[in-house]
Amino acid sequence: MYAVGDLRKGLKIEIEGVPYLVTEFSFLKPGKGQAVYTCRLKNLLTGSTMTKSYRSNESFGEPNIEEKKLRYSYKEGEDFVFVDENYEQVSISAEVLGNSKYFLSEDMPVEVLFYNGQPIEVTLPFFIEKKIIHTEPGARGNTATNVFKPAKIEGDFEIHVPLFINQGDIVRIDTRTGEYVDRVSK
Amino acid sequence: MTSDSLSKMKSALVMRSKLIHAVRSFFIDRGFVEVETPVRIPVPALELHIDAEPSGNCYLRTSPELHMKRLLSAGYERIFQIGSCFRRGERGRLHNPEFTMLEWYRLNADYDDILLDTKALVSFLAEKILNGTSLVYNGNKIELMPIWDCISVEEAFLLYAGWNPVMHFDTDRFNIDLIEKVEPKLSHDHPVVLKDYPAEVAALARRKTVRPEVAERWELYIGGMELVNAFSELTDPIEQRKRFEECSEERRKAGRETYQLDEEFLRSLEHGIPAAGGAALGIDRLVMLMAGAEEIDKVRLFCQ
Repeated sequence: MYAVGDLRKGLKIEIEGVPYLVTEFSFLKPGKGQAVYTCRLKNLLTGSTMTKSYRSNESFGEPNIEEKKLRYSYKEGEDFVFVDENYEQVSISAEVLGNSKYFLSEDMPVEVLFYNGQPIEVTLPFFIEKKIIHTEPGARGNTATNVFKPAKIEGDFEIHVPLFINQGDIVRIDTRTGEYVDRVSK
Repeated sequence: MTSDSLSKMKSALVMRSKLIHAVRSFFIDRGFVEVETPVRIPVPALELHIDAEPSGNCYLRTSPELHMKRLLSAGYERIFQIGSCFRRGERGRLHNPEFTMLEWYRLNADYDDILLDTKALVSFLAEKILNGTSLVYNGNKIELMPIWDCISVEEAFLLYAGWNPVMHFDTDRFNIDLIEKVEPKLSHDHPVVLKDYPAEVAALARRKTVRPEVAERWELYIGGMELVNAFSELTDPIEQRKRFEECSEERRKAGRETYQLDEEFLRSLEHGIPAAGGAALGIDRLVMLMAGAEEIDKVRLFCQ
């Protein structure tokens, strides 16, 4: 169990069977009054956030959370198979991966958060490189960098790239936002 | 703490040193005697929401208040003290479990006299430290002189929280609304004095003769930050014992550690203290205001 006094940024707590991450934290206390602990909480199952205020007499559960470093291996039906350092296999559903599933490549190192033994969040390297497999040619002479067009990357995911990017180019993508960062090579 | 962050603090710490020096000369020039009362004490002052740090079979003081009032009863007329106090579990932007407090007390005075002292002290320090009458904090220019807003707790709650805590006191609601509804509405352009608290939240303050449900306590806010707490001191030994006992009972009900009553202090009240006023000022926060620092860690060395 955690007491209110244990709350701090980065702590993971459990409220009514749901694990949360404390993303922001403030301690306020009028001189002779009761302390108020205000937290921004991220629901680790759904990703939604909320702000909550607590007073000193409350307590929280300690979620059974484990973080493991795994490597991506292969796709099997709707699931994605990862391996740990002992080559033990872990299957993670497309739903948990979300858009991250489009950015996986063989042997990619990832961090996986497990809650009660179930994978709930997969964190990829922040930047990855992908080949553009299809995009319409940009208008000739248009070299503006602030105008974007759709493009498909390997794995059939659509991103937006500047007009000067061509089919066959390799681009860098931010996996947290799914956005184009820069061109790696033509 | 890295040596890099220590060297970044240097200008704030130089200011802190000057400020403490100026505080001493302010009080000594006005006939106050500087005292040092024990930091390690057998029983802490009883407060519902303040927890003391144990130290062996004693505690570290949460405030020097009770010892200083014993000096008043022994005939010391004007006293002040600057020193560390400790409050368990208090850590945030404005809090560190160890912090530096200035306290001063005067015989034959009440909270209005203490307010005059405070105005004189703040203007003296602004002149000495900032060579002016204003400071800039969080982008707000704060005029320190001559007008300070003064609003009663009752008015402030009626205005900003929509209920009257003097008529119908509710401790939980009072604390939450004070932080969430009242404090954010207090002016950030000039100092604000919030005064006349429900007696329930002023365990060591004298009740108003004409309105006993209100106690003579005020708090000074500068730039939205609570800086000074002052009382017309409660000097009635029977009333004081009763309030301590009620507070102790509240602590017990809330599942908090309970402390013995400070019988030596109560005995000194029985011996008799003339009317007296006193105040406690957070030195770290005053330095934050003058140095424009956003958190206590920037003006106080080696915060944990």
